[in-house]
Amino acid sequence: MALTEKDVKHVARLARLSLSDEERERLRGQLERILDYMKNLEKHATGDVPPTSHVAPLSNVWRPDEVRRWEDVESILANAPERENSYFKVKKVIEP
Amino acid sequence: MNLHELSARQIAEQVGARKVSAEEVTNAFLARIAAWDPRVKAFLSVLKDTAVAQARAVDEQVRRGEKAGPLAGVPVAVKDNMCVRGTRTTCSSKILENFTANYDATVIAKLRAAGAVFIGKTNLDEFAMGSSTENSAFFTTRNPWNTDYIPGGSSGGSAAAVAARLAPLALGSDTGGSIRQPATCCGVVGMKPTYGLVSRFGLIAFASSLDQIGPFAWNIADAAALLGVIAGHDPHDSTSVNRSVPDYLPALTAGVKGLTAGLPEEYFRGGLDPEVERAVEESIRVLEKAGMRFEKISLPHTDAAVSVYYILAPSEASANLARFDGVRYGTRAPEATTLLEQYELSRARGFGPEVKRRIMLGTYALSSGYYDAYYLKAQKVRTLIKRDFDDAFQKVDLILTPTAPTPAFRIGERTDDPLRMYLSDIFTISCNLAGLPGLSMPCGFSSKGLPLGLQILGKPFGEEQVFSAAAAYEQATDWNRIPPEPSRG
Repeated sequence: MALTEKDVKHVARLARLSLSDEERERLRGQLERILDYMKNLEKHATGDVPPTSHVAPLSNVWRPDEVRRWEDVESILANAPERENSYFKVKKVIEP
Repeated sequence: MNLHELSARQIAEQVGARKVSAEEVTNAFLARIAAWDPRVKAFLSVLKDTAVAQARAVDEQVRRGEKAGPLAGVPVAVKDNMCVRGTRTTCSSKILENFTANYDATVIAKLRAAGAVFIGKTNLDEFAMGSSTENSAFFTTRNPWNTDYIPGGSSGGSAAAVAARLAPLALGSDTGGSIRQPATCCGVVGMKPTYGLVSRFGLIAFASSLDQIGPFAWNIADAAALLGVIAGHDPHDSTSVNRSVPDYLPALTAGVKGLTAGLPEEYFRGGLDPEVERAVEESIRVLEKAGMRFEKISLPHTDAAVSVYYILAPSEASANLARFDGVRYGTRAPEATTLLEQYELSRARGFGPEVKRRIMLGTYALSSGYYDAYYLKAQKVRTLIKRDFDDAFQKVDLILTPTAPTPAFRIGERTDDPLRMYLSDIFTISCNLAGLPGLSMPCGFSSKGLPLGLQILGKPFGEEQVFSAAAAYEQATDWNRIPPEPSRG
């Protein structure tokens, strides 16, 4: 599995990860080796085998859609990297 | 007898009978942590003040004549990826370095109600990704049997804490072996319950279809007691299964007569350390003497397990870890000028190399053009692995294997080779992929004096049979009697 620098850049952008040139090159080599190892899956035929996403003996689990009040709002905002009053503060998303 | 030598059940009994106070017990373990943890480095934070306050509250409850909980006054060490209200919860990551949990995980709430005392938060590989605690952003925990060696991972801090008797009980989480492998390395008991038995609410997610919380103890009865407290349905976790939790303690004396265990030929092939192989073969003889029957079985898709796991777990992780965006909590890069930059730079700074590697691997496997070849293919082979176990359990009640192919390795030995590190999970990950209960317990020592481990796998929700076998083996051996004196070998 040949992985190019462009592939790694693309995946890093999808994952919202900024990587240094050195990190990118190291990851390229490591991922290439790991993906190469994973080729061993090909020898197992899976024609009509259904996929397993989880093994719990459950299908849809429903609950009533009820509003519940969280009293201690301050304990949530206390973890915010930046806040203003009762809001999380972020960079401008939409230009006026 | 020193208080730290008491089992968890003895502590609860004596606290309930007012033979010893919960405060004395807590102080004894705090003193032990102060003396030994500088060498073992199991704890990221010691909850001295809140632990003493909790212990006093238990004592007060007992004095008032109220019924003491099943873990009254028992100190419990908690892996630092579980939320304990009001305490720092870091996942051993820079990105959560200053995060304070504002609610209790369900397991924590259940333990509080049972009278347990939270003595500290333990070290792990960052976001539970690793097999050695070397991926912790803060420091590496040491193996109490020889501090030049890894304690295993990712729940290495919890395993080391119990091994060094810094706590009688600990909680870990296991996604691909993160309870059982460190239990083996540190010579203690560790169990991953059936997927869905224990609520994951308040466990910071790594791979949601594989993660389970489970107990560490230095004896089987304590592990069973802890599981009995934390198990059970939780409306906050839609993957927790609604079925009644049995009392596990009667299983401990049920014996193994009439039980048949399978020995999968794929687990006893090349690559297995000869000392591990000998110890497991000796364990089989011990259990045979106790009345267990053995049968050779085959799990033909075993060789695919590492690939399936290292596609599915990173894929789920890449989605779960998308929430770390520097908005509501966690590190934020101050130099970012746009929102996109804020995401990219905060995550680059907050995550360590292994977490980045897995996010990249998972994002790749889920990305357009590769999804079918990797993610979907892995999900299909997961079905084949699950069927292997379904077939085997038609013939046998339990499956016995080594927990890890080798004893603990030296700190630093595998850090440059991620694939080699991944391959050390080979005997533990199938159990998560199939959602089975799995227990690891000590079964001997290597010539270098490092613990070796036996793994017992059961049918889904077959915890009782697993405990019966483990208790029978424990009764016939004495590997857990002598704790280590943490030192260099």
